[in-house]
Amino acid sequence: MTKAVRLLSLAAVMGLVAIACSNNSSTSTSAGGGTSGGAPASIGPGEGHLSLVAWAGYTEDSWVKPFEQDTGCKVDVKYGTDSADMVNLMTQGGGTLYDGVSASGDASNRLIAGGDVAPIDISMFPEYANVMPSLQNPAHNTVNGVHYGVPYMWGPNFLLYNTDVVKPAPDSWGSVFDANSPYAGKVTAYNSPIYIADAALYLKATQPDLGITDPYELTSDQLDAAVNLLKTQYGLIGKYWGVYTDEIKGFDSGDMVIGTAWPVNQQYIELDNKVPVESVVPKEGVTGWADTWMMSSHAPDPNCMMMWMQYTLQPDVQTQVAEFYGATPSNTKSCPQLNKDLGKAADIYHCGDDAYLASIALWKTPQADCGNGSSDCMDYSAWTEKWLEIQSGA
Amino acid sequence: MATTEAPRGSIRRRSSSFFFRHPKTRRGLTLAAPLTWMLVVYLASLLLLLANAFWRVDSLTSSVVRDWGWRNFDTVFSGNWRTAFLERTYYLISLHTVVMAALVTIADIVFAFPIAFFAARVASPRARSAIMIAVVIPLWANYLVRVFAWKAMLEGGGPAEAFLHAIGLTDVSLTGTTLAMWFTYCYLWLPYAILPIYASLERVPDSLIDASGDLGAHTGTTFRRVVLPLAIPGIVAGSIFTFSLTLGDYIVPQLVGKGSFFGNAISSLYVSNPPLAATIALLPLIVVFVYLALARRTGAFEAL
Repeated sequence: MTKAVRLLSLAAVMGLVAIACSNNSSTSTSAGGGTSGGAPASIGPGEGHLSLVAWAGYTEDSWVKPFEQDTGCKVDVKYGTDSADMVNLMTQGGGTLYDGVSASGDASNRLIAGGDVAPIDISMFPEYANVMPSLQNPAHNTVNGVHYGVPYMWGPNFLLYNTDVVKPAPDSWGSVFDANSPYAGKVTAYNSPIYIADAALYLKATQPDLGITDPYELTSDQLDAAVNLLKTQYGLIGKYWGVYTDEIKGFDSGDMVIGTAWPVNQQYIELDNKVPVESVVPKEGVTGWADTWMMSSHAPDPNCMMMWMQYTLQPDVQTQVAEFYGATPSNTKSCPQLNKDLGKAADIYHCGDDAYLASIALWKTPQADCGNGSSDCMDYSAWTEKWLEIQSGA
Repeated sequence: MATTEAPRGSIRRRSSSFFFRHPKTRRGLTLAAPLTWMLVVYLASLLLLLANAFWRVDSLTSSVVRDWGWRNFDTVFSGNWRTAFLERTYYLISLHTVVMAALVTIADIVFAFPIAFFAARVASPRARSAIMIAVVIPLWANYLVRVFAWKAMLEGGGPAEAFLHAIGLTDVSLTGTTLAMWFTYCYLWLPYAILPIYASLERVPDSLIDASGDLGAHTGTTFRRVVLPLAIPGIVAGSIFTFSLTLGDYIVPQLVGKGSFFGNAISSLYVSNPPLAATIALLPLIVVFVYLALARRTGAFEAL
């Protein structure tokens, strides 16, 4: 081989190492669009197997094992790290690798638009009638009157803080955005483009001039304002958290003392019992999520998936998940048991409280079409590029 | 012992004489398998990656739409000469990554040279093998384990914090800092710097050093004029490893640091915008090409 060829091949190999290290490579197929076929009208015999993509904490043995015994469907779970990862997993292998997913609102519409999830007939789910009215036809899983999946848990992204360090108790998101924060270096935030909505929600309350109405429907100027706020915040952040365990470890070690959190994070930090923590819904309001079990339109085990959707709608199952995960059930029949089990502690769950749910800005996919006829909003890919801009330390 | 001579006219005999008479065919068949592997797996995936950079993503479904265009290149390469013709975000990411890779490389060479020199030229054979085993052993441990070990050392509640407190620096935290990443990288890639330098120093003939002394050169002069020039190819070879390994890494910023290097930008965009991720993946390729072109001039490839 000549020197040039050797040089070229060495460079190619090294470049590939750099690229291959960053992710396993597979190219997505082009957009399908629309839905495939009608919803199945009955459940046949189980296939003996079920593979799910889920948020960590959503598929624990204590409620998965009884399901496996009842139905004979052996459950395999792949935990998605964030919504983008979940969409990616559900489209891999033409959507034939996984039967279903616990999709949040910022994933569900993308899956529906891509034709990756199947419509369902809610008359097959007797418990659907007991679901909170505001979750029976929500825009994040019901399109043109067609239902794509059954609701599971919902909850807020509230403000969590270490009560030893953070004094006085915060009541505003200003404590994680203020450039002069006394907690600089110990602030944390969620490492995902969707977190831009938290900044937008804060600006909606504190800078009415910007005219933000919905934190997920931002014009170019509004997005820039939120991004500038997050660039300021970048200097305050010690570490971002991407997976929920990052935040649990961070609070336990004292590296993080204040920041956005999921209820499950607080549960674990309290269980670890290393630092005292408290959570608050700040006066500007909170973003949050309402998750839906959705079935892949190419599910290899559709019957087991339908059984799983029926099972997870059961009030006693939802109570169990809620008590473990710290999220709120969608089935109102779970509430009496939850309130009985937890007593006063159940208050923060707001079980069955449609008004409280309405006050949460639930995650949804930012789209160019703002819903008010104009289409000058910034879409999710613009949000992703902006998030990278923040992370570049600009 | 009887020789196992195949009977005249058997398949084995005939094929063996065929390959003897056609050396080119023999060579072709020997190399066919590895070359196919190289071409199909490496080059084809590289070309596919390049093709991806010309596609775009549907913003709602984030599925790839295969209509050709330069839009991703417009997004990334939209700066002027001040930002190396990159858009500001990608310029900053490139700058941070390349500067980190350079600092890690310099530090590793500085740390590695004395160790390699001692092992190759000073230590007794016994001590030499002990040193080399100590250098190589960490490479046998999983890469993630080594990163997590440093994460545990540097973050809150760890030994680094205890040390800083002990010397009176109570309000300094290493968590998520560039310094923490630098420590981790220096540790991770040190063996890759030591080994090639050791190999090049070991090959310096004793006779050259004796000759230098006989001609009146001091130890310092011998080192500067004889040993060091002969070690340069090894140093450059080591620096290729430390530089390119840092350039391609995305775990350390995620676990130990904060912010985005090349790998983080690629992996975070990969799920939501594969074509843009593919375009960004060209940046480290360009950097490595430039680096290798410079390294080639020092003769480092003859030392590989």
